[in-house]
Amino acid sequence: MPGKLKVRIVAGRHLPVMDRASDLTDAFVEVKFGNTTFKTDVFPKSLNPQWNSEWFKFEVDDEDLQDEPLQITVLDHDTYSANDAIGKVYIDIDPLLSSEAATVISGWFPIYDTIHGIRGEINVVVKVDLFNDLNRFRQSSCGVKFFCTTSIPKCYKVVTVHGFVEELVVNEDPEYQWIDRIRTPRASNEARQRLISLMSGELQRKIGLKVLEMGGNAVVGYLQCFDLEGESGLVVRAIGTACTLDKLSNPSAALLPACNSPSKEIKEVPFSEDPNPNTHSSGPSTPLKNQTYSFSPSKSYSRQSSSSDTDLSLTPKTGMGSGGSAGKEGGPLKTLLRQQTQTALEQREFPFFTLTCFPPGFLVHVGGVVSARSVKLLDRIHNPDEPETRDAWWEEIRQEIKSHAKALGCHAVIGYSESTSICEEVCILSASGTAAVLNPKFLQDGSLDGCSEHRLSRQPTYFSTGSEKGEFDFLPLSKDSSSVLGLEEPSPPSCGFCHIPYDELNMPFPAHLTYCYNCRKQKVPDVLFTTVDLPVEAAVTGKGCLIQARLCRLKKKAQGEANATAISNLLPFMEYELHTQLMNKLKLRGMNALFGLRIQISVGENMLVGLASATGVYLTALPTPGGIQIAGKTPSDITYEQHISNMQKKINDTIAKNKELYEITPPEMSEEIIGSPIPEPRQRSRIFRSHSESSDEISELDLSHGKKDAFVLEIDDADAVEDIHSLLTDAPLPAGFYSCNTEIMPGIYNWTTGLQMFTSVRVFRLNNVNLTNQGLNKIFNDLCENLLKSLYFKLRSMIPCCLCHVNFTVAVPEDELIQVAVTAVAMTFDKDQAQESWKASVDKALMKVIAENEEQLQFPLELCSDSPGAQPFSPRKGTAASVEYSSFANRCNSWIELVKVKALTIRRGSIKTTSSLEKASPQALGHARVRSTTAYTGSTITVVKMTPLSFIPGAKIVKYVGIINMFFIRETTSLREEGGVSGFLHAFIAEVFAMVRAHVAALGGNAVVSYIMKECVFMENPNKNQAQCLINVSGDAVIFVRESELEAIPVQPQTTSSQASNGGADVTT
Amino acid sequence: MAMELDVFVGNTTIMDEDVYLLWLDGYTVSDAVSMRMKSGILEQCGASQDVLESDTMDHYRTFQMTERLLHNPSKLVNQLLFQIPPHRQNMLIERWGGGAAIVKITVQKCYKILNPFSPSLAPSLPPSLALTGRYYAFDEAFVREVLGKKLSKGTKKDLDDVSAKTGITLKSCRRQFDNFKRVFKVVEEMKGPLVENIHQNFLLSDRLARDYAAIVFFANSRFETGKKKLQYLTFEDFAFCAEQLIQNWTLGAVDSMVEDMDVDLDKEFLQDLKDLKVLITDKDMMDQHKSLVCTALRGKLQVFSEMEGSFKNLSRGLVNIAGKLMNNKDVRDLFIDLVEKFIEPCKSDKWSLNDVRLFLTQHTNSVRALDAFKHQAVWERYMRVIQSCILKMYHD
Repeated sequence: MPGKLKVRIVAGRHLPVMDRASDLTDAFVEVKFGNTTFKTDVFPKSLNPQWNSEWFKFEVDDEDLQDEPLQITVLDHDTYSANDAIGKVYIDIDPLLSSEAATVISGWFPIYDTIHGIRGEINVVVKVDLFNDLNRFRQSSCGVKFFCTTSIPKCYKVVTVHGFVEELVVNEDPEYQWIDRIRTPRASNEARQRLISLMSGELQRKIGLKVLEMGGNAVVGYLQCFDLEGESGLVVRAIGTACTLDKLSNPSAALLPACNSPSKEIKEVPFSEDPNPNTHSSGPSTPLKNQTYSFSPSKSYSRQSSSSDTDLSLTPKTGMGSGGSAGKEGGPLKTLLRQQTQTALEQREFPFFTLTCFPPGFLVHVGGVVSARSVKLLDRIHNPDEPETRDAWWEEIRQEIKSHAKALGCHAVIGYSESTSICEEVCILSASGTAAVLNPKFLQDGSLDGCSEHRLSRQPTYFSTGSEKGEFDFLPLSKDSSSVLGLEEPSPPSCGFCHIPYDELNMPFPAHLTYCYNCRKQKVPDVLFTTVDLPVEAAVTGKGCLIQARLCRLKKKAQGEANATAISNLLPFMEYELHTQLMNKLKLRGMNALFGLRIQISVGENMLVGLASATGVYLTALPTPGGIQIAGKTPSDITYEQHISNMQKKINDTIAKNKELYEITPPEMSEEIIGSPIPEPRQRSRIFRSHSESSDEISELDLSHGKKDAFVLEIDDADAVEDIHSLLTDAPLPAGFYSCNTEIMPGIYNWTTGLQMFTSVRVFRLNNVNLTNQGLNKIFNDLCENLLKSLYFKLRSMIPCCLCHVNFTVAVPEDELIQVAVTAVAMTFDKDQAQESWKASVDKALMKVIAENEEQLQFPLELCSDSPGAQPFSPRKGTAASVEYSSFANRCNSWIELVKVKALTIRRGSIKTTSSLEKASPQALGHARVRSTTAYTGSTITVVKMTPLSFIPGAKIVKYVGIINMFFIRETTSLREEGGVSGFLHAFIAEVFAMVRAHVAALGGNAVVSYIMKECVFMENPNKNQAQCLINVSGDAVIFVRESELEAIPVQPQTTSSQASNGGADVTT
Repeated sequence: MAMELDVFVGNTTIMDEDVYLLWLDGYTVSDAVSMRMKSGILEQCGASQDVLESDTMDHYRTFQMTERLLHNPSKLVNQLLFQIPPHRQNMLIERWGGGAAIVKITVQKCYKILNPFSPSLAPSLPPSLALTGRYYAFDEAFVREVLGKKLSKGTKKDLDDVSAKTGITLKSCRRQFDNFKRVFKVVEEMKGPLVENIHQNFLLSDRLARDYAAIVFFANSRFETGKKKLQYLTFEDFAFCAEQLIQNWTLGAVDSMVEDMDVDLDKEFLQDLKDLKVLITDKDMMDQHKSLVCTALRGKLQVFSEMEGSFKNLSRGLVNIAGKLMNNKDVRDLFIDLVEKFIEPCKSDKWSLNDVRLFLTQHTNSVRALDAFKHQAVWERYMRVIQSCILKMYHD
């Protein structure tokens, strides 16, 4: 008997009129938990009833507490006939089970009905008294914290990362049960909502148990999805990363202007990345923990200088702990690392991490993207308690991923995610992630102490150098740096992760290797693709941008195995083409790396739709990308040649324009100044050597496949024309806009407080019966482009702003429909970088000294080394990485599996450190304070911010009050009356937002971070005037405090404000 | 090949001022799109027509959904469906409620005024401009058509004529009419001051609340305002008169806590007005009155001789109006009577406004010197209103 749940129903307001005669309602409330139900008295004849009920007490197992939702039903009392339901509220009480989350749920909840939508609001107070259960065999896992955030939550530090946890539960879908034929749509929808709520509770409890077994206390990067398999059932599955987190005892301590004692701070927060968004305020002390996104110091490439470069090279990279004297080629070092990591990771079945952001030092090397897909035929799940088949399917896929990672010389997969696409009885299971080598020290219990000591011992030097150098940051290269560069030291964190983890002589796929343009000691690939966020410490040149590859492929309608075979046959071509498109678009923007890559392939009855989104950046460590060369096959015709050269010119112009737009400034100049220790000829020769040694044959082989080279587009090929066309039709971003699909936009640091999260959904009907692949592609491409254009137009008042975490999902809900849904957040930033405070005092003097004009300051002294961009469009550079389907087998009869491995990369030479910026960041803070909005007054309703990001610009998250995971169904039988499909969905999405906000406010929170709309299934039947939609959303409810408020009131002002709003509850109008 | 569905929903509800105006004005989506295109917004933002259509549709849907809340503005403050940041909410509330003076410019004109500004600048517009389009604001032309009419279904049916006559879209006419009716229904039976009630229940600004009070008052007593002779009067004239009537002639002017206090005229007072007849029926009294007025005004009035000549007619007119007010029908004709019996004669004799003011003041005050006259209080309560109304109405 470990728990007592207490519920009080206070009041209602804005209830609908249920009695036409009196225009009033006689409302009462049923409160149900498990099998127990309580009722309030009827409050007659009022649309704003005041029940002020007693406390209803439920004595329940904590297992039930975790699984069951609290169900509150508002009804209209009717003396003569059955009582009419007004609507329901489901409350997940999980946040009350953890001591660190919310202590009470109290507030106004929208009363929701699946047919009518929101119908008034109800004020409820919920509390839980939990008794400790010391039973070892317990089935509950109360107290394990869940976070959707895919990085270490802000007010915690990580003690250990335990690794991958997964679970799935299956059940019959109530919509497909026999009883559904006789019950009302409302009853059926409610049964479904309740079941999914129950299943996700159960799933969370089971995952919690696994975490406890592993010795952890939290799940980070928790991703729960459900698969509507139709007849064959309903699957709810989740993956996450188990961790042991420690709450930072005194978050306000970190707020002190910590410039004073850097080393001390480090002791407090040894390894963990910095938990609070504010740490940049702690000045130079934080280079190791700059988890901060907003003013992330390492991003200011403009600040980079050779002197900081020096600092870094003096500081051995922690990830390579023992590698201080490693050999030139880094070979021995790698082996060593591998051994270390192996021991740590091999105990795990799947060394996967759902995180996309890591504490600095955690990530040693990144290999490339690994992904696996498999096509399955669904069959009925006979025994819901033993979901073996589904488990086995995922197991297979994860094994594939694991083996691909191994092939890349990596032991772990980060940024890991899983997804499905279902059409009738065919299901595509996909998994993808980024192969990586991790620092083993994070992964083992107990090893941390030693590790942090090791670190600490080094820190002081680091810092002292850093602060000493602060003033010289802007001086053009000092001599000593070059001499230091000569040392064979492990690579600095700004480029370390780019260095190849695999053996150069035995590469898993063809790639061009060069020496790192940053440290010049290790090899880097020419292009790098990853599914994770850009590491904060990474050196980046210019700004990033959203890059999408879009593709449709027609497929014959088929049934069963034939269908599955057809799909599996198409998949590799789609992946290849998506990849080619991504590559071309990347080149077109003059960039060399993709982050946050997400490839979605959706299956419909007669087509497959593929959409790949990623954020392109120019990694300073990788080589400058070559241009795109167009080659014609029939050079005889003059007009034809002219046509080609016109096109070539257009492409070259676009590249040049893009470079300007994204502020990618070629680093040629600086090389002479630097007097690079590695003279160019020498480097060239090395490139050639490695080329001939390793990758030559493979790339030739690759070409012999007859596939287009990624950079040389042959115009005779119809596909190529199409490719070029699609390349050039990508509309440029309107002035003042940037976009990315990662957490932060490289190159923008000065976020202001403007924040607008939105969801946009479009469904396109293809009426053309005889569509070709090209026609279809164009339609799909236009659909996405127009959607983006609309977003830019809508958000024009926020300029200058950046669309962050742009998350597209595509679906083919019916034969001729393509559905695209986008959720993203628009954030304003201060465009006027010259006035930026991080450039303030220290800089000003230097500005005068160094730069006469501002340009130079903004894309400054990129001090890099090599000048590879000399012949940007030369075909020599044109060769590139290609895709390889390492396993592509048609196994058994019912399904086919496809796997693909990719890893790609480039170079560049500016060096970036954290130290220079850190110094200035307190000023940045001050800046943010000035700009932060003033407190609003007037309404009793808490304003709740929502964002798909894990942070809120200009604010500090002080508490996580619980995970939000909500599932709603809305149905209508009067579609026309509700404004058609658009009116229906518009209202529903607004309602979902409203319900999320209400739950967050009731938990005492004022924002949702890491918000994601995981599912938006829309079905319509206009002939019957009907439509139905399912939406599944999740996120982390938090309390944030504006940095400006923090100064004045160090204690949480939020609780009071939420109480105030609750208090206002009693006064209804 | 068509967009089956296209929605955009922000966590913070986005509301475009320009589109709001167009929507209030009752334009269809396609009309609104073409008007927005003319404003040059596309060039500014480099967008295409599709984008504008989609954007306009989104806004129209949002406004349609908020309309339910706008009908009961107090709900808007604690509704959960739309997150409208408080500062914006205030603006929205003010928007229905801002200065009615600007309403005289038809909304269409306002739109043209707004056009030169890019919508991205809209938030920074001076509030007076940014707040012009309002849900509860109304068109001068429209209100003059329905002022004093019964807010019934019958009147609503005739709105297409009003629409044709005024050039205001039927949709907009209906909205304005429904606003009048909604406000009327809510405050009709309420205790307490009319303006205050409107202000409280609809969160309207003081200015607009006063205008609505006038509309409600006129609709309740059904004052005739549509006759040809009254066409030269503006809504503002009537609103001023209504305020005078409310402040002096209603029950509320005597007792502040009765039902209908500000809406219905004080019946007892109207009865008492009969007693003023003595001023014209008693010949001595009338002569004495005339001589008092003439003595006082000699040399001060430019139209002295004309005044002298028409004194008896004018005086008779004013007192006769008072005598008839106990009949509802004659109450309705109050304004037409004032015009016919007083304003027109004066105008034909080319009285200046100052002449009228001097005359009325003297005419009212001189009665105090008539010892035989016993109804001083009623007379002054009557003349206070009549005097200010006539002065307000005395223009071209």
